[in-house]
Amino acid sequence: MHSDSASPALKIAAGAGLLFLHLPILLIFLYAFTTEEKSYQFPPPGLTLKWFAVAWHRADIWPPLWLSVQVAAVATLVAIILGTLVAAAMAQTRFFGRDQISLLILLPIALPGVITGMALRSAFSVMEIPFSVWTIILGHATFCIVIVYNNAVARFRRLSGAIVEASADLGANGFQTFRHVLLPNLGSALLAGGMLAFALSFDEVIVTTFTAGQQSTLPIWMLQELVRPRQRPVTNVVAIVVFAVTFLPILAAYYLTRDGDQTAGAGK
Amino acid sequence: MSGSAILPVRGPGDRLSGLFWRRPRVLLALLLTPPLLWLGVVYLGSLIALLVQSFYSIDEFSGVVKEEFTLKTYAELFRAQNLDIILRTLAMAALVTLASAVIAFPIAFYAARYARGRWKAVFYLGIMLPLWSSYLVKVYAWKLILAKEGIVTWVATHVGAGPLLGRALDEQWFGGSSLSTSPVGTFIVFVYIWMPYMILPMQAALERVPGSMLEASADLGASRAQTFRTVILPLAMPGVVAGSIFTFSLTLGDYIIPQIIGNSARYIGLAVYQFQGTAGNLPLAAAFAVVPIAIMLVYLAIAKRMGAFDAL
Repeated sequence: MHSDSASPALKIAAGAGLLFLHLPILLIFLYAFTTEEKSYQFPPPGLTLKWFAVAWHRADIWPPLWLSVQVAAVATLVAIILGTLVAAAMAQTRFFGRDQISLLILLPIALPGVITGMALRSAFSVMEIPFSVWTIILGHATFCIVIVYNNAVARFRRLSGAIVEASADLGANGFQTFRHVLLPNLGSALLAGGMLAFALSFDEVIVTTFTAGQQSTLPIWMLQELVRPRQRPVTNVVAIVVFAVTFLPILAAYYLTRDGDQTAGAGK
Repeated sequence: MSGSAILPVRGPGDRLSGLFWRRPRVLLALLLTPPLLWLGVVYLGSLIALLVQSFYSIDEFSGVVKEEFTLKTYAELFRAQNLDIILRTLAMAALVTLASAVIAFPIAFYAARYARGRWKAVFYLGIMLPLWSSYLVKVYAWKLILAKEGIVTWVATHVGAGPLLGRALDEQWFGGSSLSTSPVGTFIVFVYIWMPYMILPMQAALERVPGSMLEASADLGASRAQTFRTVILPLAMPGVVAGSIFTFSLTLGDYIIPQIIGNSARYIGLAVYQFQGTAGNLPLAAAFAVVPIAIMLVYLAIAKRMGAFDAL
């Protein structure tokens, strides 16, 4: 066997690849402090904190922010319930049509968002459903199911079937087993899946433009600013908020599922 | 112990549990009904509505959708300007997929074979964070980078490559007064946004390459490069193909990136968006949306043959 360390070329290529993925995001932070509001001049001519105050007092930012939070919360709740149900069914039994169902769950996220969006738009048009908050939620929940499902099904697989049997042997019925045995073991995986789903929904723009009508979520507000910029640094401040709202749940989800091997009954 | 070994039934919960135990199919049906109803009605129903809509046509004079079956709308896809959009999108998706594979492979290879302990976590988070963080924020970051007065121009002038960048931008195919208004800019941002989706399937495939095969290859006298070419690469190929499904499919349908960065050349996603919005031509928008589905079905069939599904 050859030496077990990577060649320098590989190290450089891998490191450069990771830098390519991370450096651009840092610039968003820098430009939120620039004194130049008409262009993206680099390096910024001066630094200031005033855009955070300006953004805070802009009345047009708050309603989209609130709408995004509401949509993401409801969509996440629906996704947690539906995702956990499918995961429970798929983890334990093999049945006819199992592969088709897993494809059906995956499709909304594997096909480009424009198809999901256009499909929903066609359905609303054919059935004459007017756009509302609920049409946005409908779309978001559909592609969030797979996120919760992925987390839940991985945990279900790691859970030893023996603890469910042990619970039954000790006289618990199915509901007691779910409440006292399954739920505590699934909890962190569901929380992680829920947070990822929230992050995905909070940030979603492609499907939303097709299902929102006149409503404006925060990403849609941002998209309008990108196409027709007004105060550019204010957009950066909002971008930092969006980034934080999506970044923190991802990090939390990682720490919640990292120790997933230590579920009850996995010691053997 | 007196009495029977069977516990007395304490209430409806016990009775239901008994039923589920004797007939697991009932439990399965109960678990699956709500999610399948949702996905079946909302998602599949919508896809069917999309198909139906694409067989309608629009009255050229009144602009009203005629709800009669016709192939006229699909025929419109083959008009020169529409065919142009489809071919441009296909070429872009193919290029983006190739470039993504080249950039993603070393990351996946290092993460799978060499990263240990703390570095494993660094790589995992280093791949997951950009993948999951806000799409729009990432696109916006590139608008800042590629702008005429932005960091790329600044770096180019400071390393003395300013004239080179200027000459490149003057070229016809490069197009645009700055990178943020040229197709090359669109390409860079596409690669940046969708490349992370390729790393994970690649990494998974590379991790499954058994160490014993590498040892056998070395024992038989293969050099590092030979082992890579004849053992590792063929075994990792299903993972590469699996990853390419995502980059290809997601590039096919994206309409935000070409709208914000590029020379306003149209792509399939943008065409769908514009036809359903300002143009009010829902049938043509629907027909355009069917194109990526059809392309992806062919792509998935090929990918399946190459064993990509086992790598997912």
